[in-house]
Order: sequence, then structure tokens, then C-alpha cells
Amino acid sequence: MIELRGVTFRYDLTTVLDAVDLDLEEGELVVVAGRTGVGKSTLLGVVTGLVPRFTGGELIGSVLLDGTDITRTPPRERADRVGYVGQDPAAGFVTDTVEEELAYGMEQLGLPPDTMRRRVEETLDLLGIADLRARDLRTLSGGQQQRVAIGSVLTMHPRVLVLDEPTSALDPTAAEEVLATLTRLVHDLGLTVLVAEHRLERVLPFADRVCRLTGDGGLVVGDPASVLADAPVVPPIVELGRALGWSPLPLAVREARRAARGLDLAPPTDAASAAGDERVVASGLTVRHGTTVAVREVDLRLRAGTVTALMGRNGCGKSSLLWTLHGRERYAGRLAVDGSDPATLDATGRRGLAGLVPQVPSDLLYLETVAEECAAGDGGDGRCRALLDRLAPGIPDDVHPRDLSEGQRLSLALALVLVGAPGLLLLDEPTRGLDYPGKAALAAVLRELADDGLAVLVATHDVEFVAQAADRALVMAEGELVSSGPVREVLAQSPAFAPQVTKVLGPPWLTVDDVVGAR
Amino acid sequence: MVRGTARLPRDLHPVAWWAWALGLAVAASSTTNPLVLLMVVGVAATAVALRRSDQPWADSFRLYVVLGVVIVVVRVAFRLLLGTGVPGTVLIALPEIQLPEFAAGIVLLGPITRESLLAGLYDGLRLAAIVISVGAANALANPKRLLRSVPPALYEVGTALVVAVTMLPQFADSARRVRAAQSLRGGDTGRVRGLRRFLVPVLEDALERSLAMAAGMDARGYGRAGSAGRVQRTRTGALMLLGLMGVCVGTYAVLDPTAPRWLALPMLLGGLAVACLGLVSAGSRVQRTRYRPDRWQWPELVVVAGGLVAAYAGWRVAHDRLTLAYPPLDAVPQVSALTLVALALALGAALCAPDQRRAVGA
Repeated sequence: MIELRGVTFRYDLTTVLDAVDLDLEEGELVVVAGRTGVGKSTLLGVVTGLVPRFTGGELIGSVLLDGTDITRTPPRERADRVGYVGQDPAAGFVTDTVEEELAYGMEQLGLPPDTMRRRVEETLDLLGIADLRARDLRTLSGGQQQRVAIGSVLTMHPRVLVLDEPTSALDPTAAEEVLATLTRLVHDLGLTVLVAEHRLERVLPFADRVCRLTGDGGLVVGDPASVLADAPVVPPIVELGRALGWSPLPLAVREARRAARGLDLAPPTDAASAAGDERVVASGLTVRHGTTVAVREVDLRLRAGTVTALMGRNGCGKSSLLWTLHGRERYAGRLAVDGSDPATLDATGRRGLAGLVPQVPSDLLYLETVAEECAAGDGGDGRCRALLDRLAPGIPDDVHPRDLSEGQRLSLALALVLVGAPGLLLLDEPTRGLDYPGKAALAAVLRELADDGLAVLVATHDVEFVAQAADRALVMAEGELVSSGPVREVLAQSPAFAPQVTKVLGPPWLTVDDVVGAR
Repeated sequence: MVRGTARLPRDLHPVAWWAWALGLAVAASSTTNPLVLLMVVGVAATAVALRRSDQPWADSFRLYVVLGVVIVVVRVAFRLLLGTGVPGTVLIALPEIQLPEFAAGIVLLGPITRESLLAGLYDGLRLAAIVISVGAANALANPKRLLRSVPPALYEVGTALVVAVTMLPQFADSARRVRAAQSLRGGDTGRVRGLRRFLVPVLEDALERSLAMAAGMDARGYGRAGSAGRVQRTRTGALMLLGLMGVCVGTYAVLDPTAPRWLALPMLLGGLAVACLGLVSAGSRVQRTRYRPDRWQWPELVVVAGGLVAAYAGWRVAHDRLTLAYPPLDAVPQVSALTLVALALALGAALCAPDQRRAVGA
């Protein structure tokens, strides 16, 4: 029903889409895959009309909806047929409460009040958010916000729903909620859904078709197994299937389990890592913001040479713990980083003890070129640039930091933080926006830094990344530390945090590399 | 028995609450009688205590009360510091300090008289009562809902204001985040360059947010073209232009006593009427509807009437009985029966408003 015919999109000299054709059928869920920065959002924008209106650039070709050309129709005139949900639902909210947000689009369409009332109630039930109806949008959790954002588009009864990384900011459980909702819409309402997603392991089981952007402007469309057979960006389960020579490639855990029956492998052995000295010793750490206790009596020890993952729901206190370890004021507890308490030091002193890469790395950056940033970071002695070249070789000096890819920007922030030569490195959600190769590169960098004698603590939702990168794992809930230990034990214990390979082969298997190593 | 449903728990129309509170503010501004002012504050506080909702903005009333207290204290303190020379009973005889040449005419301290204390107190109370009245309106009616009740023709302006109000707390959030993040790295610490370190990321963030917001609103149909024909557009434009001209000429004539009288009030009112017609005409082509709009029912009218009565009584007393409205500093102030009845009516009217809806499960 939506057809893209010979769509070419380019800006300056870069061609993002090159004569692309795509047909979306009624009631199917299509996943857009591809490496970061390859044009997934652009493809979605062409369907919604936001590209080139909000991005600039040149669009050639035509977009047809049920045979009528809508290429020149602005997004607002498509609103009743094409619904769009962006990456950060909170950024798109216009009103205060859930109910008003659901009605907003219908008000714009000028629907009669009784229709609006009816649709709001239907949508509240359909998405399972009826008990949230009068809540302030800002008090909702990430998963709830995302479902409200989907609902606010659904009330307009669009035929196509376009979602840009709907689960990228969510913890595994919230992501499952949102994806289950989407599947229900496809099955029950026959809605067509077009979704871009980095974490293919989350959406692939629900996909009818996959279209993969190849990076040179081309687009490969087909059923998931055949498209992913030779793709460079694949979820662990497909990698596992490839490594073990399974055919057809399994996409869901159940299929893979069936294929894995009769597989006989020697259990993996961890190379005994030489755990270094204790760099962080903390006891009874407590942080409160007003009446909420963000971190409650946390005891923690981090050793040099280990990478530790910090996991838990959105809002369970991970960020607060990281900032406290970096020296932000706490309510109670003892903390020693390399023997001294960072909370008693000034900013420079803290930087020498612990480096922290915040959730939004671009908050650190303020200059026009990479070279200027590096010079400002190290006072001009070139250490920062040298660090950057080690972390991510080949970034030109004269690029604007905002033009870097997510991975490169993260490396720049990391280099700026590491200039102070801290013994402890803290990272807050570093995998946001990174694709599989990007995460693998980050895991390698973290390992290298740990081998240099740093203690590394990474707060993340991404279980596959944890399986790949971490030695130990901590799980937080409501500000308390509920589980800690070697990553193999912690991940296998929790159904929500088990990576795909563990789901298929059972504990103690964590990564594809484990399996490959055992053969 | 036929039972009306107008008093079932619901949100009263925000305009009604604002009209009521502004009525109280007018009453407060036309007197310095401390008893009347305290009664105004009492009426506002009672109405808020009994009729506010459990939404976040309802808590703002406490802030306004604190602000009111601060105003009174500051006013009195300044009276004491800058000797005012209100003669009367001396309570404490402080020395006068003459300031040097460049601030000639200003005298610090000086004897503290009972009268100067009272004058400061009365003045401060008046301002505090006005502030608290406005605070009551803020606590009783969601300010954003007020912005949303603008006529359809002004919808775009209203939305822009609502969005601006929404973005402010986010701006503060992002400022806090960036300030913390910048302490994580080395770099310029000078005043100007340090400011740049802080401003660049915050502004970039704000810009990105606004773009995301604009894209989101556009994708949800904001600003869809109405189906106005050429004729209708011309008519709307002509009406607005004529109305504006009428208002301009009328205002000029009102202010200039030499202009013919028929140009003054009639012209002004005529212009206003034509402009209103223009707004209606512009609104009629807007194909937009309101979800669960606030309706005007009898409690709304009663609440507005309560505010009007209070304002009228204040104005009346200030005009006719000067000593009651602005009591002398050397006697116990008295209150007229009219004021008493009017304020009681205002309170009664506010209590006619239905209970506000409670959020379930919040």
C-alpha cells in the first residue's frame, strides 16, 4: 500500500539513498536494518515526509500511498494516514497528561468530540495504559512514555506506523512491553509497521520482512533469514547459526534451541584473569534526592584490570551510583578511590582519580573542531590526540565534533576524560546508538584499558554488550545492589538479563565466541 | 427529583477561576485596610484549601504565600532602614545617619515611630494580598488549560506559549546536566570561555529538542491547512483591518479631549466589535476540535460573579468612604458592612465550584 519508486536522496555530495524501491504490504512488520549512519532514519523520514522538510537535501522519485503520489504532501497532511514515533518519546510530547496527549492528534484532524472520546478509551485499553490516563507525562517510565507516544499516533487511525528505534533507550523488560504492543497492533488491527532498530535481537522474532541498507545507497529487501544471511550487522543468534552452519538460519530463540539439540560442546573455561589491586572500596553509599533514595547502602569493591557491568531497570539508580563514585555529594557512606575520597577533592583532583563519560557524550564537547577539543583537553601537549588515535584511529583534525559518528564521538569524550590519567573509568550507557561492530570495538577498547590497569564500570541495559565486554556484573533495583558476581553467573540467573546465546544453549554459555572457542 | 450534574467533581473552567482571583486582587489593590487585606488572603487561602486539585501546579500556592510574607518583611525593613519621617509615637529612638554628598537627601535609620511601622505593614500587606490572589488562581486552575482556552483563531499563538512553558523546566534540566558534565573534563576556565563551555552544549541541546518537537508536532497534524476559500480569507482580513483601525482611532479620540466625542467611545467599541467578528470569522475556518473542552455552567458564572462583587465592593468603598479604605495610622481600622458581605459572597461563590477531579492511581 506504500510504495517507494526510484527514491534517491542526497545532500551536498553524499548520496544516502540511490534509486531505492520498496513496497509495504497491508499488515506487515518490516524492520529496517543497517549500520549506524547509513540512512535508516532518512528512509523512515521519506515515508513520513519529514525528509527533506526537516533535514534539507534533495529528494527524487516518488512515494505512493494506495496509488496516489504523496511525495510533496507535508507530514501534517499525511498525519491521518502515516503515524510517526521518534526515538525520544518525551521530546515529542505537546501536552501534560496521557489523556490529552492521546487526543492531541485528533484535535488537529478536527474529529467530532464523541469520536475522540471513544478512540481515547479504545486506545487506552489497546495499549494497556488505562490506569495511567490522568498521569503527568514526565512522571512515566521510559516504556510507558513510549507506549503513550505510540498511542497518541494510533488515535488518528493511521494505516502505517513508522518507528525510529523505539526501544533504544529502554531496559530489556520495557523493550519487550513495547514490542509486544507493536506485534499486537500488527496482528489485531492489520496495521503496517515500519521500524528501524539497532538491537535486531529484540525485533527480529516479530519481523515479517527485513530491508537492509547496504551503505552505498542500495536497499536489500526480503524475508529475514535470507537478508541477514550475508549481512555484516546481525544479532548474536544469527552469528551463532552462521558459526555452527545451521540452515535455515534461526531468528528466534525457540527455532535455535531446536537446531541446537544434540550439540555436544565442552563447557567454556574462563582464562583466570589476574585481578589487580582494589581500586574502589565503598561501603554504605547512600544518595538521596529530596524524599527519594536513589542509592541505598551500597557496598562495592572494584579491582584494577576488571570490567564490571552495572545493570538494572531505567531509574534504578545506576547513574546516581556512577556520579557518586566520581565524587558527587552523597548522603552517607564511605568511599575510597585509590585511597582517597573524591568527594573531598576539587574537579581537577576528581578527574585524576576517576573519569566519567556521561550519558550524552556531546555534553562534554563545545568547540568547533576535534583538534581544538583535544588541545583544550590536555593543554596542548598532544596526549589527548594520542589517546584518541589509540581509541579510534583516523579521525581527521578539522572535523566538527557533531559530524562524527556516535562511536567516534564517544571515543573523543573517552579520550578527553582519560587525559587526567584516572585509575577508575565510569561509563553511563555508552552503547546507545552503537551498532554491533561499534559495540565490539568499544568492548575491545574497554578490555585494553582494563589490561592497562584501570578498573572499568559500565552502566548499561545492553545484555549482549555485557556478555561480550564484562568480567563481573552488578544488578541494581530501587537503589540497592541485589546481585553481584562473575558475569556468567549473574546473567544466567536472571531471565530478563540472559543474552541470546544463553537462552539458546543454557548457562554457562554467554557469547558466540565461547561456542566457537569450544569447537 | 431532577438533579443537576454541574457540581459533580470536575475541573472548573480556568477563566472562571482567574476572573474570581483577579476580582479579589482588585479588591485588595483598592485598600490599605489591614483587616480587609487579611480577609482577602483568608478567602483566597480557604478557597485554595477546599477546591484545589492534586496536580503539581496546585502546590504552587505555598510559594506565593511565602513570597507574600517576604514582601511584608522587606517592606517593613525598608521603612525602618530608610527613615520615613512619619511623625507619631516614637517606639525606639535611633540616631539619624546623614549620607555624604553624592546621596544627599537620603537619611538612614532615624526614630522608629509606631506610625511608620504600621504604614510599612499596610503597604506590604496590600502587595502581598494581590500576589496571593494571583497565586490562588494559579493553584486552582491549570495555567496551561487557560492558555488552551484562547479562541480558535489564536490557537497557534496559544500552542506556542504552551510549548514554551513546557520547555522551560527541560531547559533547566539540560543546563544542570551540562554543568555537571563539563566538570568531567579539562579545558578553558576563564570567565568568557568558561561561559562558552556551558552555553554551547545547552543551546545545541535546546535547538535539537525544538527540532524534534517541531517534527513530532508536524507529523501529528499540527498546522494542517483549513479549507478556507479566497472569499472567506478576504473577508477575515478586511474585518480584522477595519476593527484595528476603529480601535486605533477610538483610542486616540478617548485620549485627546479635543476630538469629537462621537469618535471616542462609540468608535472604540465599534472597532472592538468588528475585530471580534474578524476573530470569529478566522476561527470558523479552523477545522480543529477540542477534546473534552471545559464547559461554562452555572458554577462558573457564580464564581465569576463572586469575583466581580468583591472588586465592585472594593472600588465602591475606596470611592465613597475614604477613611475606611485607607484608614488613618493612629486609629484602629474599621471595616464596612459592604466589604464584609462582598468578601463573604466571594468565598461562598468559590465554594459553589465543584470539587476538582482526582487523578486515579496517581
